[in-house]
Amino acid sequence: MLDGVRKLGQHSIDGVWRLGVAMRLFALTLLHSGICLRRPQLVMREIFTAGVLSLIIIVVSGLFVGMVLGLQGYETLQKYGSESALGSLVALSLVRELGPVLAALLFASRAGSAITAEIGLMKATEQIAAMEMMAVDPIARVVAPRFWGALISMPLLAAMFSAMGIMGGYLVGVVLIGVDEGSFWSQMQAAVDFRQDILNGVIKSGVFGVAVTGIALFEGYDAPPTAEGVSRATTRTVVTSSLAILALDFVLTAFMFRGA
Amino acid sequence: MERTTLDLWVGLFVLAGLGALVFLALKVGNVGAFDTNKTYAVSANFENIGGLKVKAPVKSAGVVVGRVGEIRFNSADYEAQVVLNIGAAYKFPKDTSAAIMTSGLLGEQYIALEAGADNTMLAQGDSLKITQSAVVLENLIGQFIYGKTGEAGKSAAPAQ
Repeated sequence: MLDGVRKLGQHSIDGVWRLGVAMRLFALTLLHSGICLRRPQLVMREIFTAGVLSLIIIVVSGLFVGMVLGLQGYETLQKYGSESALGSLVALSLVRELGPVLAALLFASRAGSAITAEIGLMKATEQIAAMEMMAVDPIARVVAPRFWGALISMPLLAAMFSAMGIMGGYLVGVVLIGVDEGSFWSQMQAAVDFRQDILNGVIKSGVFGVAVTGIALFEGYDAPPTAEGVSRATTRTVVTSSLAILALDFVLTAFMFRGA
Repeated sequence: MERTTLDLWVGLFVLAGLGALVFLALKVGNVGAFDTNKTYAVSANFENIGGLKVKAPVKSAGVVVGRVGEIRFNSADYEAQVVLNIGAAYKFPKDTSAAIMTSGLLGEQYIALEAGADNTMLAQGDSLKITQSAVVLENLIGQFIYGKTGEAGKSAAPAQ
């Protein structure tokens, strides 16, 4: 009994400690971001590994999610004789929720895990320690460019996800099933507001980008320098950032779309 | 990877992302449909606005010419005051009438403008005099039942 309480206390202290270390790393990353402006090539490389290489999975899953939305939405809407609302259904659900959330989940498992594994392995093979020996700040050289690269990529990937999804919905709804093309687009345009829906979606994906990369960088930097430690840190990155994305999405939605 | 190819890929990636955003803004959203600077506001009083919402379209002859800007309750005469933002390109006579309509059976509500014949045109801050309130389904059903019972009473009377 007492042992259980003691364990709980230990876990709580550990959790708060880790949160503090994560916040400190985050603040240091922001402080050392000047290098990204001085040497944009470093950020370019990270946009390539985090963004460009995630492109295929984002585009293909966006297309399929949109196609499924088109099919399922049509099935339900035609019961009420309002298949013409298919466009607004597909566009609103993608732009507001599915685009930012699913893109961020895919990004966490595709790019977040890679960031954690890379930094964890750099630590395990003592590359980070070597940098410190050479008076190169590893946070400025390794962490900050990855943070900004991923942060820039995330909203772009989410926008591409939404755009591809709408094309997928169009493909299934209009081309295959034969919903009227004019009402598909016009109902969509009447329902989707630029500031309320699209900009809020972009803001959401930006927040998710900060959360995912922050978690990935911290887990990598904090990983025990062993094979097992790196593997555990990678798993934790995917689990924690997925939970963070979904929880943040609820909070952001509650603020953005309340009463709208 | 060579630096130039990397730059090329990143450039393409950013272009594709911005392209997706532009696609969302122009093709999916309604950005630029109505510039808020290029409208004039006209108010109209309704006895009942039903389910009308802010940003609902204002149509004339079925064409969207503006949006509902604001809905207030006027406690002086217990009516709803609706501010319509009409695109500056569309001029309407002073005696234009406004009615709240529903698109489709379960569709959204909008304001329909019926142009009058006056020579002077509506300007910023004017108010529409002739308005027609929203049709409330419950009232319609009530009238229908009331009419039925009235009919039943009439047809029952001569039989006695």
